[in-house]
Amino acid sequence: MVSPLVAVLLIFLVLPIVLIVIVSFWRATEFSIIPAFEFDNYAFLFGSPVTYTVFLNTFKYALITWAFTLLIGFTVAYYLAFHIRSLTWQIALFLLCTIPFWTSNIIRMISWIPFLGRNGIANATLISWGVIDEPIEWLLFSDFAVILAFVHLYTLFMVVPIFNTMMRIDKSLIEAARDAGANGAQILWNVIIPLTKPGIMIGTIFVVTLVMGDFITVRFMSGSQSANVGRLISNEIALLQYPSASATAIVLLVTVLITIGILLRFVDIRKEL
Amino acid sequence: MEPRPRSFYVLSAFFAVFILFLYGPTITIGILSFQGEGGGLTFPMRGVSLYWFYDLFEQQAVGDIWGSFRRSFVLGLMVMLVTVVVSVMGGLAFRRKFPGSNILFYLIITSLVIPSILISLGVGLLFSQSGLDVHWSTSGFGAQLTWTLPFGLLIMFAVFNRFDKSYEEAARDLGASPWQTLRHVVLPIIAPSLIGVALFGFTLSYDEFARTLLTSGSYNTLPLEIYGMTTNVTSPVLYALGTLTTVFSFIIIGVFLCIALIANRRRARQSSDAGKGHI
Repeated sequence: MVSPLVAVLLIFLVLPIVLIVIVSFWRATEFSIIPAFEFDNYAFLFGSPVTYTVFLNTFKYALITWAFTLLIGFTVAYYLAFHIRSLTWQIALFLLCTIPFWTSNIIRMISWIPFLGRNGIANATLISWGVIDEPIEWLLFSDFAVILAFVHLYTLFMVVPIFNTMMRIDKSLIEAARDAGANGAQILWNVIIPLTKPGIMIGTIFVVTLVMGDFITVRFMSGSQSANVGRLISNEIALLQYPSASATAIVLLVTVLITIGILLRFVDIRKEL
Repeated sequence: MEPRPRSFYVLSAFFAVFILFLYGPTITIGILSFQGEGGGLTFPMRGVSLYWFYDLFEQQAVGDIWGSFRRSFVLGLMVMLVTVVVSVMGGLAFRRKFPGSNILFYLIITSLVIPSILISLGVGLLFSQSGLDVHWSTSGFGAQLTWTLPFGLLIMFAVFNRFDKSYEEAARDLGASPWQTLRHVVLPIIAPSLIGVALFGFTLSYDEFARTLLTSGSYNTLPLEIYGMTTNVTSPVLYALGTLTTVFSFIIIGVFLCIALIANRRRARQSSDAGKGHI
């Protein structure tokens, strides 16, 4: 029963990773890559100050995006799970939140242009209100735009797992807390949040890995002015420097897997499904 | 019914703003794609016309939009079919422990969290080093499966975690063979969730960009074509294309939701007549 699954994962996941590891020790000339076993690619990677800046930038994006998606995602899930009283409405509003997930990410990025551009809606509105005299330049093609796009694209990945765990909280626990004299904030902090932790963790895993592995959002929304590790790799690929791209990719993969390993200590995914 | 607390209204407003945040930009480019002939990438509208949609149908200089749409559509169907079949088989297998089931589970998680560019790079290298040509229907197809299968499998795990085994036992007690139990008992019960898996399979494939970047070869899929356009097209024709693909996505989602709704209705109508009896 599992053989097709094993076959797909072996050919398109395990073998490619093994190959990337092998190629990361190869040597590149200007026009070809040569099998070798040398640590030059890694030595260069860890010797370059750019690497550290870029990795730091990647963590910065991940952390800020995580904070925003968690705050927004938790609030939305909380509203749907505890304030909407009929199941039909819950499903309808939940679907309304998830539909954008099934449409194209690139189109959703493009659709920020008329908002954030120099003569875009945001600037025009602010000028007409008299808040600013000249258009703000940093709305589009900046770190601000990158984070905005990340939050726009990935908040859903927080809403869905958090909503899923919240729906399984026994409502009598909340009544018990209220009967014992807890106020709304205390119920939220001492009952709901602890019970929602698995959902929060799963959402965190999604958001952190998606942001850390991204290269297209950063490229598009920063107008090629900012970089993260994904962009570093895609630039090296564009220059046909496959060995150094592979070395960077392996370091990124190890970083992501360590992060996930730490997060998985807090949650048993199989039990939470 | 107890009265709504004040926090309900605050949160309702927050939710409304969130929905606006989600849909606002898409709606904006929807409006702007009807921009007049002399119009630019932002407001004001200079007239209302279908000019940019016509442009989309005529202009061939940018690339092969319709060819790429056709490829993406076929690829989406292929990925959808394989995702459903393999996820169901995997879900069934994972109901009991088997040698290596833990390793396989962590492989599935890895497949989900691995940065897409590694799949793109790795599969690209695999094909080039073994002398094969990358093509959207081979390497691109496989690379996309590493993204859709984990979603399909996680849904199946969730479904089987809630599956009541006594239905199968009842079937077995009545003398059904394992295949009959699967065909007439298990599959009909899980059918509605399969619609969800299919929706994930198709849409994730249809919109996938990163994993097909280095694995689709010389024939682009639609997201790659659109991405290419963003670097050299600076007219509302981009919005027209964006609007069309989004409308197409909405239609696909709508079709799947309707199928799910009809399936649910039918099941409710044909549900058990136990206890009604003949009096």
